Amino acid sequence: MPGTPPLKDRRIWEHPILTFKRGRRVKFYFNGNIVEGYEGESIAAALYAARYDVFSRSPYKGRARGAFCMIGKCSSCFAIVDGVPNTRTCVEPIREGVKVEFQEGLAEIPSATGGLEGKDEEVIEGVDVLVIGGGPAGLAAAIAAAKHGLSVLIVNEHFKLGGQLIKQTHKFFGSKDLFGGLRGFQVAEELENKVRSMRNVRVLLQATAYGFFRDGWVGVAGKDRLYRVKPRFVIAAPGAAERHLAFPGNDLPGVMGAGGAQTLMNEYGILPGDEVLVVGSGNVGVIVSYQLLQAGAKVKGIVEILPYIGAWFVHAAKIRRYGVKVYTRHTIKEVWGKDRVEGATIVRVDEHFKPVPGSETDIPCDLVLIAVGLTPDTRLLAQAGAVVTWVPELGGLVPIRTKYLETSVPGLFIAGDASGIEEATTAMIEGEIAGLSAVVRAGADDAGNAAERREALLKFLWDEYRASPVVARAKAGKLKVTVSEDEMERIRVSNPPPVRFGS
Amino acid sequence: MGSGVPPYKETGIITVEELKRLGLMPPEERLARGPVAIPECPEEIPCNICVVSCPQHAISIEGIKGLPRIDWDKCVGCGVCVAKCPGLAIFVVDLSKPGEYAYVTVPHEFLPAPKVGDVVDLLSREGKVVGKGEVVKAWETNKTWVVTVRVPKELAMEVRGIWVRK
Repeated sequence: MPGTPPLKDRRIWEHPILTFKRGRRVKFYFNGNIVEGYEGESIAAALYAARYDVFSRSPYKGRARGAFCMIGKCSSCFAIVDGVPNTRTCVEPIREGVKVEFQEGLAEIPSATGGLEGKDEEVIEGVDVLVIGGGPAGLAAAIAAAKHGLSVLIVNEHFKLGGQLIKQTHKFFGSKDLFGGLRGFQVAEELENKVRSMRNVRVLLQATAYGFFRDGWVGVAGKDRLYRVKPRFVIAAPGAAERHLAFPGNDLPGVMGAGGAQTLMNEYGILPGDEVLVVGSGNVGVIVSYQLLQAGAKVKGIVEILPYIGAWFVHAAKIRRYGVKVYTRHTIKEVWGKDRVEGATIVRVDEHFKPVPGSETDIPCDLVLIAVGLTPDTRLLAQAGAVVTWVPELGGLVPIRTKYLETSVPGLFIAGDASGIEEATTAMIEGEIAGLSAVVRAGADDAGNAAERREALLKFLWDEYRASPVVARAKAGKLKVTVSEDEMERIRVSNPPPVRFGS
Repeated sequence: MGSGVPPYKETGIITVEELKRLGLMPPEERLARGPVAIPECPEEIPCNICVVSCPQHAISIEGIKGLPRIDWDKCVGCGVCVAKCPGLAIFVVDLSKPGEYAYVTVPHEFLPAPKVGDVVDLLSREGKVVGKGEVVKAWETNKTWVVTVRVPKELAMEVRGIWVRK
């Protein structure tokens, strides 16, 4: 029940697409000052809404640090929460009375009474499938596996399921049976409802899978306990992190990932800035620009180093007809401001992408969004011993896999952006394929039907969906890292997996 | 530039000539006959939502990624595809009425919600205010408004958005 918005609050109260269902008001503390937020908000979001931009200072040069990725992938929003330093405030929900303190450089190591006591341990043995990540890929994988009777444990870092779907307000492309036509957050609702209705799926929120151990144990750090999990199969769908660009001032609060801004405005209903410059004209940059207009911000322009707009034309046309300017053949030169962005300088580039001196333009703004692509989050997979390789078309290091999405670690499957950057629709298809692969391998009751469905999905994915010219680059990347079963066996001989699942 | 990138990728704006070249424009005589949908969707994206949305079964796509092909004789210009297209890329143009006005139907996802009788800014594909027009019809589905505005006939192929002033 929204009350009267406090003065200068950054919350959005009217939106053409979203209705923000705010929880009850709660009070917490930031450096001893009372901050009001709404139940269901993260600490970072509530602080940002109250116009606190700086949460900590860097250890070395004391530079201001604030919100950047907003999904627990970077360290920009660290603060001390109830005595625990280095807390990612973006994935920590606010609670009545919680004490948040500014973190000045490196923090003191917390004592056992500083909030770390009471960490129980729970051993989870006998679960069929451990799904790491509760976004579109992970949820689709969990549903596919559970439908065929396998028991599933989902571990999810955020305190909500749905991954990046929950901040997508545009309608999805695709076909009806792939949720095409629904808005991203509506797809998230459908997937979550499905998962919650399945009795053989257990969900751990605010839980991080932190490592693979000898004999197939997986360590999971939960909010108040540690879990030792011994699954038959693992499906890793940890997603991706936003890339950054190097330029002076790129660490100023107000320089934010495009996805971070989406989290603020579409998940929490908090306007990330009033006047915005977006760097990168791919789908993400163009979509976030459209969403900023919907939320009531002014988009001062989109900077694109290439001579053409990267986004699919229909997305680009949407922002052009509301007058958003795209500065093609331009790059960002620097951002200025004191503890918060006050403006940016962009510069034209020549055909070798070198800045042309004298072609600078100053753009006053209070938010600079970085939308220059994502990089797969494959650290955990590499730690497990899965052989990874660098594929520029897929955004960075990705595991080598079979068409059934099994990595070089037997019984460890991948799906979604961690398998190489595409988008949510393919993430859900890959998730289902990975889930079905576990079903087939487990020899579940109707494994035959699962295998048939898997072949149909593979055919659709490779021969129809990825046949579109707009996804040609990602397809080329995925082709590079998809190997035959025989080839995978050879890879396993030369890179013996340190751990094995699926036996 | 050079490498075969079509001009609309440089500007984010597609021309009527380009739409004609891609076979996305209805023929003149069809335009003169009554309202008809125009899909400004040139890229073979993997999507076929318009096909399943059309109550007249007038739209087809080869597989999931061909260009939308509208059977101009079956299309009645109802605007359902305008509401359903995830790319907000379909418009309905009616050039059949006698007199100086045409009717353009556009998708709209901004506040304030448009109402019949509102006089709104008419926006070109590059966001220029090219005139004012009256809203003659407005309906909404899943938060996308489908808005029909009266525009001078010469702007029928230019107006692709509206802005409702607060």
